Amino acid sequence: MTALTEPRTAVRSGRQLRRRRATVVTSSLAGVTFALFVLTMMVGSYYVSAIDVVQSAFRLTDDPAIDFVVRDLRLPTAAAALSVGIALGVAGTVFQKLLGNPLASPDFVGVSSGASLFAVSSIVLFNASSTVISGSALLGALLTALIIYLLAWRDGISGYRFILIGIGVSQFMLSIVGYIIARADLYEAREAMTWLVGTVGQAGSGELRTLLVALVVLLPVAMVLERPLRTLELGDDTAKALGSRVELNRLALIALSIVLIGFATAVAGPIMFVALIAGPIAQRLAGPGGGVLAAGLVGAIIVLGADLVSGHLLPTALPTGVITGIIGAPYLIWLLATVNREGRGG
Amino acid sequence: MTSHDLRATNLTLGYADTDIVSDLDVEIPDGRITVIVGANACGKSTLLRGLARLLRPRGGEVILDGKSVQDMRSIEVAKVLGLLPQSPVAPDGISVGDLVGRGRYPHQGWFRRWSAEDDEAVAAALEATGTTELEHRNIAELSGGQRQRVWVAMALAQDTDLLLLDEPTTFLDINHQVELLDLLTDLNRQSGKTVVIVLHDLNLACRYADHIIAMKKGAILAEGAPRDVIDAAVVTEVFGLACDVVPDPVSDTPMIVPRGRHHARPAVLEALG
Repeated sequence: MTALTEPRTAVRSGRQLRRRRATVVTSSLAGVTFALFVLTMMVGSYYVSAIDVVQSAFRLTDDPAIDFVVRDLRLPTAAAALSVGIALGVAGTVFQKLLGNPLASPDFVGVSSGASLFAVSSIVLFNASSTVISGSALLGALLTALIIYLLAWRDGISGYRFILIGIGVSQFMLSIVGYIIARADLYEAREAMTWLVGTVGQAGSGELRTLLVALVVLLPVAMVLERPLRTLELGDDTAKALGSRVELNRLALIALSIVLIGFATAVAGPIMFVALIAGPIAQRLAGPGGGVLAAGLVGAIIVLGADLVSGHLLPTALPTGVITGIIGAPYLIWLLATVNREGRGG
Repeated sequence: MTSHDLRATNLTLGYADTDIVSDLDVEIPDGRITVIVGANACGKSTLLRGLARLLRPRGGEVILDGKSVQDMRSIEVAKVLGLLPQSPVAPDGISVGDLVGRGRYPHQGWFRRWSAEDDEAVAAALEATGTTELEHRNIAELSGGQRQRVWVAMALAQDTDLLLLDEPTTFLDINHQVELLDLLTDLNRQSGKTVVIVLHDLNLACRYADHIIAMKKGAILAEGAPRDVIDAAVVTEVFGLACDVVPDPVSDTPMIVPRGRHHARPAVLEALG
């Protein structure tokens, strides 16, 4: 097989080039994420230096004044932004690749709306505590996903069908949310609206811990499932012909994304557009081999960045969801325009 | 290339509440090119998907080397039998090299990722399909003919002894159709790969098939060497088309000349009475 030696070398170098690009981009994204994570804990009404932040956050030194500012005041918000961003980015890109459509982000197809409906109901109707609100959000995400899955099932799941049914379910949920808020008294309506916009600052420590545990468990699972995901992207028939167990892998990937979205929404409310834009940005940077980790990091960068902007750069503090919405909405319009022009809607 | 035995017995296949293929027996000749033909919706693609374990049989079974494929692990089937579906999906922005490399999936595992063997198989697949120079190109930039050759390369990279293709020439012009069928014939002749193709064009089917299977309404109407089984009566029965069958001037295989209602020469009309 001497004739093959040269092309084989070419194939190997091409593959290594793709992998190197993905590795370099992913490590750079990790670096930026860490820098933003530290930066959000430095700024505020009391400035803390980067070194002090790192030493305090990772418990390397003890200085009561700095520890109070960093660990008690700023670390929960920063950790929430980091983990919510990763969860949304990973879940979004898995959905998009699985259903082969850039519109197929979980916040777009109604999973977040389901979470919103349950959370708002618990705020307005039951005057619930924050833990109960988060729990209902999680339950709402899971139930809505189950409803969409069952309605969209027809000898398997097709991307377009799932998205259309998801959008329908989403509108249904949001109209009930509207009704409940319209009936609520002023204080509760205000609380519900604040929750609906989504902000990382509202995280409770219990929910945050649950999300962190979920990420520690599910992120490695997502990276392992990335290999079958690369076959599912080629369509069901091709994936099956390649020996991939399509239904099992797809169910596992959908379940993983929905749990991540549910936990993330429980922590910070429905922060819009992050799941929609993180995957495509990561892909643009790292190439199609870029993968779920890169998308998770892009998600974290967006949420951390939005939190920095909303908390410190603007004259009045705005919820994180407003900032991501301002970034995300133009992208969505651009996406709808170009997707239809290329005829890739399905 | 090891020899394989792929057959179906009493096979019934269908979707939702209709049976498309019912109670069908078929045997795929080893090391030959088999072409399945038939009118639209006669069940030829369904049969191909059934043979490749993409559809669970409603009745009967598909047997690969003495074992029912339903009892085999999907990865074991995928090492022996590859299938190129009718409309595979290329992910956004993917390069040719990346796509063809995904054909190596069944040979890799959680722990065994890329090896020299994988690189070799990808290089050989690119070479065989003449797509080596396209390796770094984005799939979306390619022409229809190039794209189809890349998909064939992906199926070749899977390195299976049996290769099933569902209407691989559908979106190609006549030149690229012939090119692709020549390529598949090369693969069959050089390496003894068993090739099964669903085709629309009856003349090309007759020319390229060692073994032709004509289907109608989910059943096999005729099978064998094209020269032995394809005549005007069979074509009329399968497609409902009045026609003449003459020898192909190039290959001396059966060539179908449709009659239609217009354009026939007076002499022909006279002969028909």
